[in-house]
Amino acid sequence: MMWRRLTTGAMLAFCLAAPALANMAYVSNEKDNTVSVIDLAKMKVVRTVPTGERPRGMALSRNGRRLLVCEGDSNRIDIFDTKTWKVIGAIDTPDPEYAALRENSNNPLYVSNENNALVTVWNIDTQRMLAQLPTGVEPEGMAVSPDGQLIVNTTETTDMAQFFSYKTGKNLANVLVPPRPRWAAFTHDGKQVWISSELGGTVTIIDTKTFKVLDTIHFAVPGLRSTFLQPVGINITKDDKLAFVALGPANRVAVVSVPSHKVLSYIETDKKALRVSKYLLVGQRPWHMAFTPDGKYLLTANGLSNDVSIIRVSDQRVVDTIPVGQQPWMVLVSPH
Amino acid sequence: MRTAASPTLTVGYIHWLHDVETISLVATPAPDNGRAGSEVGIADNNTTGRFMNQTFVLAPVEVRTKDDPVAALKALAAQGVRFALTDRPAADVLKLADAGAAHGMTIFNVGAPEDSLRQQDCRSNVIHTAPSYAMLADALAQYLVWKRWNRWFLAYGEHPRDLLLAAAYRRAAKTFGARIVVERQYKGKAGSRETDSGLVDLQKQLPVFTQNAPNYDVLVAADENSVFADDLPYRTWDARPVAGSAGLMPTSWDPNSVAYGGKEMQDRFIAHAHRFMTALDMNAWVAVRMIGTAASYARTLDPDAILAYMRGPQFQLGAYRGLSLSLRDWDGQVRQAILLSNSGRSVVSMSPQPGFLHERTVLDTLGIDRPESACKMPRAARG
Repeated sequence: MMWRRLTTGAMLAFCLAAPALANMAYVSNEKDNTVSVIDLAKMKVVRTVPTGERPRGMALSRNGRRLLVCEGDSNRIDIFDTKTWKVIGAIDTPDPEYAALRENSNNPLYVSNENNALVTVWNIDTQRMLAQLPTGVEPEGMAVSPDGQLIVNTTETTDMAQFFSYKTGKNLANVLVPPRPRWAAFTHDGKQVWISSELGGTVTIIDTKTFKVLDTIHFAVPGLRSTFLQPVGINITKDDKLAFVALGPANRVAVVSVPSHKVLSYIETDKKALRVSKYLLVGQRPWHMAFTPDGKYLLTANGLSNDVSIIRVSDQRVVDTIPVGQQPWMVLVSPH
Repeated sequence: MRTAASPTLTVGYIHWLHDVETISLVATPAPDNGRAGSEVGIADNNTTGRFMNQTFVLAPVEVRTKDDPVAALKALAAQGVRFALTDRPAADVLKLADAGAAHGMTIFNVGAPEDSLRQQDCRSNVIHTAPSYAMLADALAQYLVWKRWNRWFLAYGEHPRDLLLAAAYRRAAKTFGARIVVERQYKGKAGSRETDSGLVDLQKQLPVFTQNAPNYDVLVAADENSVFADDLPYRTWDARPVAGSAGLMPTSWDPNSVAYGGKEMQDRFIAHAHRFMTALDMNAWVAVRMIGTAASYARTLDPDAILAYMRGPQFQLGAYRGLSLSLRDWDGQVRQAILLSNSGRSVVSMSPQPGFLHERTVLDTLGIDRPESACKMPRAARG
């Protein structure tokens, strides 16, 4: 009886869980200097790629053929071929933390050089620097507007969202936000940019035309001190309906209505996944996230439990947990 | 971007230039200890300031032990300086506070941990970025209790500050439910380093100092002048770990701390000072960054507006220790997490420890809380 029950349960869970995708997910493991390659059809790591030291930010080229990995302590961005996993190019640049490409375009690449208070702009084909944009202290989060015209950078210690023009590189505006801004995400209509403040515990919504603050979102979870609600990653659905905000040490992802700015719910990433995980403690300190291209699943990189949670967007449940390397920082999903 | 005519705020630093002899050669402070931290803070303020049209300048004054710090303060006041850091001893912090009050100056105490400065001798124009003895002792106590190392051997020296620190450990033990099963005062003199005699003497003396003790879990040493604590590890009669002034040490910074963005702070500091960043450097950096951050959010270099923002409920400063720093309105102490360093070789933990709760913020489980405070400041100055 026991056997039967277990089998049925496991099968049911598997059916519920298996996203049956052909895509690959790439996870940068900050502490053990690797990128884990997850086959989302098999829901497991199929390859571990050695990188330079302290891989954090990553960017995928338009067709997904090249993966750019920021290797902060090696002062380099390596460009990997995602078929052969050979390094096919490198950009030497001091302490790159994160890099962003224009959407549907391979160039240019915008790099946050955290120790140098600079954003550097690169051509990834020639690996030549095109420009330098001075920023505040510890530039980190970076985003390019959907039309490619507006660049935003967050400076962790200067506490600003800093806007630059794509065409001229001109510093258009500097908006003070609550302490330690980590991440920036444009709405897909390009009208707003959402900025997370890790220590402020907020998400600031800024109008991209006027650079005025439209709203500031606060988070509250009963039984949790507000100091542990530390927003980092923000991912907005393609229809601009929902924003998912990773709350780091709170082990939760907040679901926010994009039109109303209201927090709708909190997904507990450390709750047992539908598919039984080998790990008891999972889903701790989610920082960065990625949607699958069909928008049906959201992956979170969990820095303290060394795994990736797969959240099903439709019912906001954690359906699977996949062990990866040490201190996973960022996750990206291949377009095909 | 900053222009030539950018408004400027000068921050003074009355810096104590003195020789410190330590048992550990690598722990010998550099001549610019503290000052280098304030210099990186000024640079960070100006990196931000170029977008706010604000410029910050450091006015350091080197003061030797025999020199009068008040004369240095008056020279700064004559230049119109309203904010001054100091790492002079507690008695001088008081003198500077009282002399500075006449000039509308606020003193940032970056060095003195004496609880009296936050209690009966508190002043409304002093902000303490240095953690107090009570905070340091509480931070260590929470970890020891979390480890269930509840029975302590308290060893303290003869210096008056050793007695103050020992008192903080007694208070911490009581607060967090640890028990001091034996106390001993170390009466040996701070002699010369073991350059000629070898290690023979210490190897014989320290086991004797620690023998015949009731069963204990950990030896907690209070030795503010590096007389004996760093000689204790591996020499106790019983095989026990050492904490406090040696071994597992509570501190506001450790040059190995890389979590919470700390790697960037270490990188920036080393690039500037060509050495590792000390706790005093961090305390000075925090003081300067408090001024810069408040100026940025308040959008002004007016010292009164900066102070008002700093003392207000919305003020927070990120300082690479997970939770943001802020100011306690009852005694001018900056609330902050405390690192537990493995003799400056690695970071073992950070307090507050999990499970120690507080109605306001877990950071207020460290040090003197509002209800216990003996500080009586004029209402207006408390913000």
